[in-house]
Amino acid sequence: MASISFKHVWKRYAGNTVAVKDLNIEVADKEFLVLVGPSGCGKSTTLRMLAGLEEISDGEIWIGDRVVNNVAPKDRDIAMVFQSYALYPHMTVFDNMAFGLRLRKTPKQVIEQRVREAAENLGISHLLDRRPRQLSGGQRQRVAVGRAIVRDPAVFLMDEPLSNLDAKLRVEARSFISKLHQRLGTTFVYVTHDQVEAMTMGTRIAVMSAGELQQIDTPFNLYHNPRNLFVAGFIGSPSMNFFDAKVVQQDGGRISLEIVGHMLPIPAAIAEPFKSHIGKRVTFGIRPEDIHDQSYLPGGITPSMIEANVDVVEQMGNEMILYLEENGKTFVARTDPRTSAAIGHRLGLAFNMDNIHVFDVDTELSLAYEYKQNKAQKAVTA
Amino acid sequence: MTTSTLAGQKRRPYSRILIYSVLVIVAVAFLLPVYMVLVTSFKTPDQVDISTMWVPSIAPSLASFNDAMQELAPNFGNSVLLVVPATAISAILGSLNGYVLSKWQFRGANILFALMLFGMFIPYQAILIPLVQFLRSIGLYGNLGGLILVHVVYGLPITTLIFRNYYAEVPTELLEAGQIDGAGFFGIYWHVLLPISIPGFVVVVIWQFTQIWNEFLFGVTIAGNNSQPITVALQNLAGSQIVEWNVQMAAAFLTALPTLLVYLLLGKFFIRGLLAGSIKG
Repeated sequence: MASISFKHVWKRYAGNTVAVKDLNIEVADKEFLVLVGPSGCGKSTTLRMLAGLEEISDGEIWIGDRVVNNVAPKDRDIAMVFQSYALYPHMTVFDNMAFGLRLRKTPKQVIEQRVREAAENLGISHLLDRRPRQLSGGQRQRVAVGRAIVRDPAVFLMDEPLSNLDAKLRVEARSFISKLHQRLGTTFVYVTHDQVEAMTMGTRIAVMSAGELQQIDTPFNLYHNPRNLFVAGFIGSPSMNFFDAKVVQQDGGRISLEIVGHMLPIPAAIAEPFKSHIGKRVTFGIRPEDIHDQSYLPGGITPSMIEANVDVVEQMGNEMILYLEENGKTFVARTDPRTSAAIGHRLGLAFNMDNIHVFDVDTELSLAYEYKQNKAQKAVTA
Repeated sequence: MTTSTLAGQKRRPYSRILIYSVLVIVAVAFLLPVYMVLVTSFKTPDQVDISTMWVPSIAPSLASFNDAMQELAPNFGNSVLLVVPATAISAILGSLNGYVLSKWQFRGANILFALMLFGMFIPYQAILIPLVQFLRSIGLYGNLGGLILVHVVYGLPITTLIFRNYYAEVPTELLEAGQIDGAGFFGIYWHVLLPISIPGFVVVVIWQFTQIWNEFLFGVTIAGNNSQPITVALQNLAGSQIVEWNVQMAAAFLTALPTLLVYLLLGKFFIRGLLAGSIKG
């Protein structure tokens, strides 16, 4: 059992390439932290530094109550599941799982017992005598997890362990790993580029881009209160729509957003953080599910009406994905499946103004981030 | 057969015939001397005549093999004592070099590797005199030890090259898994890399065995009178006034036999070993 902290961690490669920039993350004991980001964002490098496979250029990494910068991987009390599984091809499944224990001079009976127990839990008992090449992708993945489990490490590291599985197995493996985390009660650090994996498995998610931590928070908060434009666009599928917009104050003091020739009034209850930007250009973001067909409005929202041309219609059965266009700007909506939109129609839409996101054009930071955070905290304490 | 392959084969028969004709001609050209060696070696001295040189003996005799074996026996032993350790040592060192150069890249590793490869292209004759002087000064001149050392050193570039390229195909994650499981530099080599290196070793062993067994120049210059390898003895057979062609041919065949056997025994792996790098998985 261990907590982990990254303190001002940097990774520089020869030629001054910076892979990880001043990273600060605190991972609590028993947490399932997911590092997510596009390829090349530094998430794998971060994990590899934690594992000891990559040197730390600057800063400190703590596991439990010790700095591990100069501790060899084998002495860090970690286990790792690799993307390719990295099973030893010449060893049986049993030997693959027992290898680490044997090197640590664990007594034979203990090895036997631990491997059999882990195999039992993973449903691979009948495979113990086989070699990796005789296994399917899903079985290999379980063996790789098994090899990590038997060591009973303080920290589990996983580097895109599901990316070699087909879509169906991946969904199964997701819940399998989540259950494993609950049962073992060990700290997990999990790297993926797939935001669905990140959202479904992580107790907290660290979003990285270009070597920098963009935001670290719970899946819910990341989705509903992204700190900046990158996180807003990265989390969610289909992704958030962005519009060039301007904050204006209308007669009577009402604050509105001007986008593609329409005026969208902001509800007074959430208008406070936008006052500083009156008269300025901003980026306005709204998620596809916050754009409704005005004939099928759900209750309890603050709608603001606009019209748009329908480009493409995708009927999903439970919902409808509409690709829309207005004054040269295209955007996506997820509407009620009964929406009677057809290609070429002009459709009346309602933006739910309660769930809008507004970003500064230069800093790309969300104007309402702190405001929403405080509000959420108040809601918790109240 | 589908129509597309039929269409694709339209031009093939002619090119096939051409390819096979060339192959047959080349094979015959290579096999003719071998045929000559074998045919002559089964003759008695009085049957050896230039006019009947292509005609097999009516009464084949093994006498010339008996003679050749007696002449070559001590040198055959020398060659075995030379080839086995020299091949083994150069293969193991090449494997370790390849491991370091492919998986533990240090600053200047590529330059060092290029310099090592450079050694492959230095002709034996160019370094012969300083080599003899050096071996004399360290007391390894005129015995098998010196010959083994020379062959190990001269073999390192090629064995290193083969193993480096072989190991480059081994996923690094495999070694990292070993590292996290608790293995060190040699532990990873011993437990993880060596067991999957067999195809690499087969290629290197065949190559080194053949090179060292067939080598003549170092054998004649560095070895002492009692430690001459078989190639030198074969040459010495022809040195007397009368050439006993039948014995000479039998000796040549016996000399060539071990390399042939090694290739026949390990040949299957040889092809696989060469392809192991090119096919993923």
